[in-house]
Amino acid sequence: MSVKIFVPGDSAALALGADDVAQRISAEAARRNISITLVRNGSRGMLWLEPLVEVQTEQGRIAYGPVTADDVASLFDADFQQGGAHELSQGLTEEMAYLKRQERLTFARVGITDPLSIDDYIEHEGYKGLRQALTLAAAAIVQQVTESGLRGRGGAAFPTGIKWQTVLKADAAQKYIVCNADEGDSGTFADRMLMEGDPFVLIEGMTIAALAVGATQGYIYVRSEYPHAIAVLNKAIVVARAANYLGSDILGSAKTFELEVRKAAGAYVCGEETAMLESLEGRRGIVRAKPPLPAIEGLFGKPTVINNVISLASVPIIMSHGAAFYKDYGMGRSRGTLPFQLAGNIKQGGLIEKAFGVTLREMMYDFGGGAASGRAIKAVQVGGPLGAYLPEAQWDTPMDYEAYTALWAVLGHGGIVVHDDTADMAKLARYAMKFCAIESCGKCTPCRIGAVRGVEVLDKVIANQDRPAQLTLLTDLCDTMLNGSMCAMGGMTPYPVLSALKHFPQDFGLANTGVQHA
Amino acid sequence: MNPTCPSEQVASIIATHQDRPGALLPILHAIQDAMGFIPPDSINEIAGALNLSRAEVHGVITFYHYFQTTPPARHQIQICCAEACQSMGSERLMQHAEAAASGSTNYAVHPVYCLGLCATSPAMMIDDQLHARVTPDKFDRLINKIGSES
Repeated sequence: MSVKIFVPGDSAALALGADDVAQRISAEAARRNISITLVRNGSRGMLWLEPLVEVQTEQGRIAYGPVTADDVASLFDADFQQGGAHELSQGLTEEMAYLKRQERLTFARVGITDPLSIDDYIEHEGYKGLRQALTLAAAAIVQQVTESGLRGRGGAAFPTGIKWQTVLKADAAQKYIVCNADEGDSGTFADRMLMEGDPFVLIEGMTIAALAVGATQGYIYVRSEYPHAIAVLNKAIVVARAANYLGSDILGSAKTFELEVRKAAGAYVCGEETAMLESLEGRRGIVRAKPPLPAIEGLFGKPTVINNVISLASVPIIMSHGAAFYKDYGMGRSRGTLPFQLAGNIKQGGLIEKAFGVTLREMMYDFGGGAASGRAIKAVQVGGPLGAYLPEAQWDTPMDYEAYTALWAVLGHGGIVVHDDTADMAKLARYAMKFCAIESCGKCTPCRIGAVRGVEVLDKVIANQDRPAQLTLLTDLCDTMLNGSMCAMGGMTPYPVLSALKHFPQDFGLANTGVQHA
Repeated sequence: MNPTCPSEQVASIIATHQDRPGALLPILHAIQDAMGFIPPDSINEIAGALNLSRAEVHGVITFYHYFQTTPPARHQIQICCAEACQSMGSERLMQHAEAAASGSTNYAVHPVYCLGLCATSPAMMIDDQLHARVTPDKFDRLINKIGSES
C-alpha cells in the first residue's frame, strides 16, 4: 500500500529547502522500492520546524522536522514511513502542544489538505458555507456575518457585516468584491500562508460575499513579493471554475461570479484600500479622499466590498457553523479568532490562531519559547510597521482591539515582531520614519514631508545635537502627522516612534522618567 | 531570447491585455516578465493603446518599486530590511551583501520590505528562489552557487 507523505510547499518551507527534501524523498523511495504518495501541503505554521515532513499512519499523522535533504536517507532507515522513531520525530502532529493549544477556525485546513485538491477541500467541510449561503436571501447572509461580530482582519477592524450592508443597499448594475492581499506589514504572513495553503477557502469567502451584496466580479490584489501565492491562487481559480464553483450559474443557482488575481508592484501604500483601487484601475497608488466610501463609489466608481484575506476566509465557517458558533470565541467586542503571527527574534515563531484575549506574554513564552538569541526580550511591535512598540509592562494585557486602543497600541493584522535587548529603539523609531518616507504616496503633506523631517530630527536626536529641542519638534511633528494625514501611512507612523520614545527614553539619551507622550 | 524583436513583443503584449479593465499594470508586468525590464521606448506605444499621456504611463512605472526601466543584472537579489529581519541581523547581512555585490556584473542587491518569511529571518530572494535564516556565510555559499551556474 502506498504511504502518504506530506512535504509543505509553503514559501517558508521552500525557503528552507522543502523542494530538495521532497525530491530526495521521491528518489529515496524509488531506490528502496517503497510506494509513496507525495502531497505538497500548506504549512502547519510551526515555522521553526520547517520543512516539517509528515507521514500518514493508522494512529494519525506523525511529524518530523526540521528535515534537510541529508536527513532523508536516515529517515527511511528508521522506517519513518511507518512512523518509526527518529531524532527528528515530533510525534503525532495533532498532539503537538503548539497546535493543540490553538483554536483553528479560519486555518482549519491549512497544512492538512492538498491546497489544490478541491475534493480534499470538500471532504474537509469545504463549500459547506457557500451551499448554505445559496439557500439564503442576500440580506440574510449579511445578517449572519453581522451577527458573528467579524471585524476587518486587515487592521482597521471595521465590522464586516456593516460594510457589506452598505454595498448591498447601494443601487448599481455592477458591484465588485476586492480582496486586499497586499500584506506588506513586516511580521505578517497569515494571508500568504492561507493563500498558499488553502486557496479555496478565500475563493469560497469571496463568492459568499458576492452573493451577499450582488457582485459579479472579484479581484484579489496580491503583492508581487508573493509569487507562490499568486501561482496557487491562479491554479485554484481554474480548478474552482471547472467544478462550477466560479463562473456563471454557480452550482445551478443562476448566480455568476468571476474572479481574477491582480499582481501588485511593490508599493506598501497600496495596502491602503483607496490606493489599492487606484492601482487596480491602472494608476499610481495614490490615496483617495473619503468620502465617498468605497462601499458606495469604489472600484471603477462602483459599489465595492474591500476586505482582507483573513476576513473573507473567515466567512465560510461563519456560514457553515452559524454566527453564534463564531461569536462564542473571543472577548468584548473582538469576536472570533485572530491568526496571530509570531515573528522576529523568537525561538518558535509561527502562525498561532487563537481567540481574542490571549496575552503577548503567553504568545512569546508559552508558544514562542523566548528570544531566538537566548537574550531577554526588550520590545515587541504589534500590528506591523505602523504599530506601537510594547514594553514588558504591557505584555499581560489581553489582545483585544479595545484593550490595545486603551494602551495606545494596535492589534492590526496580528503581527508580533519580537526584539531582544540589543535592539536600539531610537534606531527603530528612525527606521519607522524612513519607511514612511520611502513608501509615502505623496498625496498629503504631513506624511510626504513629515516623514523626511522625522528622519532628520531623529538623526539629530541620535547624534545628541540640541536633543531637548529636537524631541519637542519630534513630538509636534508626530502630532501633525497623527491628526493631519489622509490615511494610516502618515497617520500611524507616530505609533512606533512615540511608543519607542515613551517606553524606552534611555535609548533616546533621556533619563528613564523621560518625556510623557500620547 | 525571444526571437521576435522587442517592439513586436511589446505590441503583442499590449494587444493581449489592453481591453482588460485597469490594463496598465498587467501590461507593465507582462513586459517586465518577458524582457526583464520596461524599455522606455515602449511608453509611447502603451500610452497610445490605452489613451493615456506618456507622462501618466511614466508616472505609474516610476511610482512602483517593482518596475525597472534599465536592463537588470543577470541575478536579482532582494534582501528583506523590514523590522522582523532587522531583529535577526538583516542590517549586517545587507552590508555584507552590498560589499560583495559592488563591482559584480553578475548580480545586483536591492532592499525589499518584507517577503513574508518573518518567523525565519533574515530572508532574501535570489531571482525567484526564497531563502530563510540567511547568515553572511550562507549568503556567500548561495552566491558562489549562482556564480558557478552562470
